[in-house]
Amino acid sequence: MQKRRKLGRGVAVVGAGLSKFGAYPRGVRGQDIFVEAYKEMIASIDKGFDPEDIDALYLGNLSSDLFERQVHMGPAVANRIGIVPKPTIRFEDACAASGVAFREAVIAVSSGIYDVVLTGGVEKMTNLDTTHVTEVLAAAMDPDTEIAAGETFPGIYATIATAHMAKYGTTVEDFMRIGIKNHYNGSLNPHAHFDASITDLMKRKAAAALKKGLPEPSWADEMEFLHDPKQNPVIAWPMRLFDCSTVCDGASCVLVVAEDIAKNFTDRPIFVIGTGQASDHFLAEREELTSLRAARIAAGEAYAMAGVGPQDIRIAEVHDCFTIAELIGMEDLGFYKPGEAVRAVREGENRLDGKLPINTDGGLKAKGHPIGASGTGMIVEIFKQMREEAGPRQVKKKDVDLGLTHNVGAHGSTVVINIFERR
Amino acid sequence: MPLESKFSEVAENRLYSLAYNKSIREHKLMASRCKKCGYLSIPPKPVCPKCHGSEIDVVEMKGGGKIAAYTVVAVGAPLMVEEGYGREKHYCCGVVELEEGVKVCARILGVDVSKPEQIKVGTPVKMDFVETFHAADPTHEEGERTFLAFTVLEKP
Repeated sequence: MQKRRKLGRGVAVVGAGLSKFGAYPRGVRGQDIFVEAYKEMIASIDKGFDPEDIDALYLGNLSSDLFERQVHMGPAVANRIGIVPKPTIRFEDACAASGVAFREAVIAVSSGIYDVVLTGGVEKMTNLDTTHVTEVLAAAMDPDTEIAAGETFPGIYATIATAHMAKYGTTVEDFMRIGIKNHYNGSLNPHAHFDASITDLMKRKAAAALKKGLPEPSWADEMEFLHDPKQNPVIAWPMRLFDCSTVCDGASCVLVVAEDIAKNFTDRPIFVIGTGQASDHFLAEREELTSLRAARIAAGEAYAMAGVGPQDIRIAEVHDCFTIAELIGMEDLGFYKPGEAVRAVREGENRLDGKLPINTDGGLKAKGHPIGASGTGMIVEIFKQMREEAGPRQVKKKDVDLGLTHNVGAHGSTVVINIFERR
Repeated sequence: MPLESKFSEVAENRLYSLAYNKSIREHKLMASRCKKCGYLSIPPKPVCPKCHGSEIDVVEMKGGGKIAAYTVVAVGAPLMVEEGYGREKHYCCGVVELEEGVKVCARILGVDVSKPEQIKVGTPVKMDFVETFHAADPTHEEGERTFLAFTVLEKP
């Protein structure tokens, strides 16, 4: 029985910013990277704002504890951006940390207790080597069954992928198509970790080989390159390197305000009209392996609050920590029926010029996945696209009035959905 | 009852982690079964995930099942790297659906990890256990640890 919830008062986003995603040198702290996103957010507020107006900071972060040996990240960030003594809260919901922080900011503003909440997320991951990053991320799984089985994060999504392949006939090429699309979009995004399409990478590899005096490698096309195990090794079959989001550092930042004061900041606010969140069991305890129930419940709640349906959404950010995650996200959100999203993938329907553009910023795959920053990072993109400020990757169609972000924590044990409107 | 006895009570509670892992060491796979609705759950739960019932039995699984989903991992979990797995030595794990109808995540043995595309969902498996030596971590002391596994049955 789904409850129909509604916001106590209208809420809008009036500013949004992102740091450059990628590997910052050791010794750069998460709070330093957050400042970069904060500065860009301030620059995006058309009429300017006074930091004194911030009522609270809601910060998403997976594990500064394990990545940086820093806890109590909220005050550390508040200190760096000069908003002490405003209250701060750190939200940890695995990879949905800042999507949840944003939703809680919306709930706080809609309740009337706050008028202006600064929300965002940050992660500094690259201090650790791959094995230890793998260990930190895997800590979001069940230790008694999943970790004991040797599952990793790529592994658990690869497990979901084989179930999807067996049930619907999905192929590894379908996953590759999603990676190719997201890398192309990332090549147009200066903030992206991987600002290169697969074609760009092929050219770079060929040029590098020539320079070393080695025979020039040649691949017929992007698909052949992605089938080359040297270029695209298996991480956890059927997920290969170019199916996996990147481990990187980054921050994102969004200013959430009450609708009735939004015009003080900008004449072009983006309104938050729906939000939903749900949890789920660990993977094996779920009835279905090919769909995330938490996503279906959270989306149902967000759609009901917004009074819209999946057919109304014009642009979406779908959590692509792995390419399989984007595929099942498209189905869980109701954009396509179960097993039918591959049709859209094969026909290119979700490219920048397609009917329903998905992950126009390159997604977590190419833009990067600094865990705590990813949820609000998606919202930054929706904000930019809806305000037609996305530069070379701006969606050309003029109807991007309704946007959605789908942010998944771990293997779907948290999902948070937010819906945005341009009026 | 003195509150101190709560420590051993929690440690021995058959619906909590320590007891579940102790049963794995004894080569037994235990599930909780709700007395009210019969719902099975692995690892055991103190509250039924289906009906919220708190009258719970703990029952032993027979050990037969089939592969529901799997992966072959090349970039291994630290636990598996410690056992010598990784880029040069891949391993298989995934979800097994038991004959009792409940599913569990486990290691999968007896498959050709060099040909992951040939492993089939639906392949019958039987319960097995792996014993390996591990260094201490925050929840385990140094020593032999036992892990749940399933081995693919020989072709009939």
